[in-house]
Amino acid sequence: MKTDRIFRAVLYAGGAFVALLVLLAFLSLCHASWLSLKKFGIKFILSREWDPVNEKFGALPFIVGTFMTSIIALIISLPFSISIALLLGVYLREGFIKKVLTYATDLLAGIPSIIYGFWGLFFLVPLVRKLEMKLGVLPYGVGILTASIVLAIMIVPYTSSIAREVISMVPGDIIEAGFSLGATTREIIFGIILPYARSGIFAGILLAFGRAFGETMAVTMVIGNSNCMPKSIFCPANTMASVIANEFTEATKDIHLSSLIYIGLWLFLFTFAINLLGNLVIKKFRVEVKNE
Amino acid sequence: MNSRNRVVKDNLFKLFVFLLAALSILPLFLIIFQTVRNGISAINPEFFYKLPKPPGESGGGILNSLVGSFMLVILATAFSVPIGTLTGIFIAEVRNSFTELLRTLVNILQGLPSIVIGILAYLWVVKPMGGFSAISGAVALAVMMLPVIIKTTEETVRLVPFTLREASFSLGATYTKTIIKIILPASARGILSGIIVGTSRIIGETAPLLFTAFGNPFVNLNPMKPTDALPLLIFNYAMSPYEEWHKIAWGASLVLIIVVLGLNLLLKMVGKRWETKF
Repeated sequence: MKTDRIFRAVLYAGGAFVALLVLLAFLSLCHASWLSLKKFGIKFILSREWDPVNEKFGALPFIVGTFMTSIIALIISLPFSISIALLLGVYLREGFIKKVLTYATDLLAGIPSIIYGFWGLFFLVPLVRKLEMKLGVLPYGVGILTASIVLAIMIVPYTSSIAREVISMVPGDIIEAGFSLGATTREIIFGIILPYARSGIFAGILLAFGRAFGETMAVTMVIGNSNCMPKSIFCPANTMASVIANEFTEATKDIHLSSLIYIGLWLFLFTFAINLLGNLVIKKFRVEVKNE
Repeated sequence: MNSRNRVVKDNLFKLFVFLLAALSILPLFLIIFQTVRNGISAINPEFFYKLPKPPGESGGGILNSLVGSFMLVILATAFSVPIGTLTGIFIAEVRNSFTELLRTLVNILQGLPSIVIGILAYLWVVKPMGGFSAISGAVALAVMMLPVIIKTTEETVRLVPFTLREASFSLGATYTKTIIKIILPASARGILSGIIVGTSRIIGETAPLLFTAFGNPFVNLNPMKPTDALPLLIFNYAMSPYEEWHKIAWGASLVLIIVVLGLNLLLKMVGKRWETKF
């Protein structure tokens, strides 16, 4: 049929458009950061100096800031998200609390990051400032720790939804076998469910990491926007995303703008790698479960 | 003794899990509570049809950003839904190495940080046009919405029972006719829920708009001109030093939360009807 051939061509065109979009995204970032890429090369990510006035650009403080905030956020959020996953996947098979909790985590994922940032600025920042005064460090209030807490709250739904999915894929008969041997629920969780779901939960952690890595607004509002190398978790700092958000419209020199886009290119590459790995792990997990 | 120990441990652990789970949704209630408490006093009829006032004067509204957000969402939906639906059908229908690659690319697109998408829209639209515009913001938001539309379309097209398709073929319908007249109507609700999820994803996005739509203190209906949006207004007002502006920002946050909650409820309604269909 002629129309069928045309229709297939249209379908392929749509797919090709999306594929080209991703390819073009990478190429445009390379092209626009060329000026900075040529001048600083790979040293860009190893240099600590970010000085727009003297046209010296190095992204190390932001890369360190990004890794610090996202890793601390992951560590804070992990016990919480695993608890939600266990509660929904093991303890509560149905019922009212389960519905409320599911709905609440959905909403937690749905609240825009700007509102997290705004709330963090007016609620968490004073709290952290109080904590800092007690500890005797400079009471900025804003900084890496505050950003990490906001991020931790934001990524809980991501890790918990994937963890819950993989926990529900643990075969019922081995859980029942455990119970029939007289194991308690806690022993089932640590002896059967968590070891079985390990790689799937790891994938969830990776995807949440990718999400925290690129988060912009919530971090920008509470991290304090300092271009120095972060010395402690209480320091004001900047992440790769937040420095772009802060300086992009103010960058008047070409090399400054190009360097910011170069940071964007690295952000693209990092999140690309993290997400690819996360997706591969979870795909492999699904295949393994299916084959058993 | 030993077994009692184990039961105690089991119960303690259970308590611990319940406690942590409760703690992790506590921020949700705090956020909603504080936004309502701070925002409710800013909201009155004027809030929805007046423009913002300069700092120092109380009152004023957020009409410019409401209109802007509405326009951005409509434009972004118009860009992303046709191409997203097409690609979703493509991935669901055709199985070869290209669609396998495409699926990975869509995942990557979904994982792209929103600020990077902002840079892309800046490079693709703002730079060639020579200035900030609503259309560039809409392009950025469309790129964010695209993977959501593609994935939901793919999933729902897969869910359509194969017998429907066979019935259509047996009546002599061509492949094209089957897709357009049978598969698409049958997956309409799924695609609709994709649009709702996509909308609620982009309505609160700020980062991609910072250097595309840029913001505008006046109502703008021209897609070629800079425009304001709810999240942009919240950002600018929240970061300002003025007390009155913070109040407006809380009011706008409340409006945004209500919109997101509303979209969530709408999704539940659409989803429920969808489930009972087959």
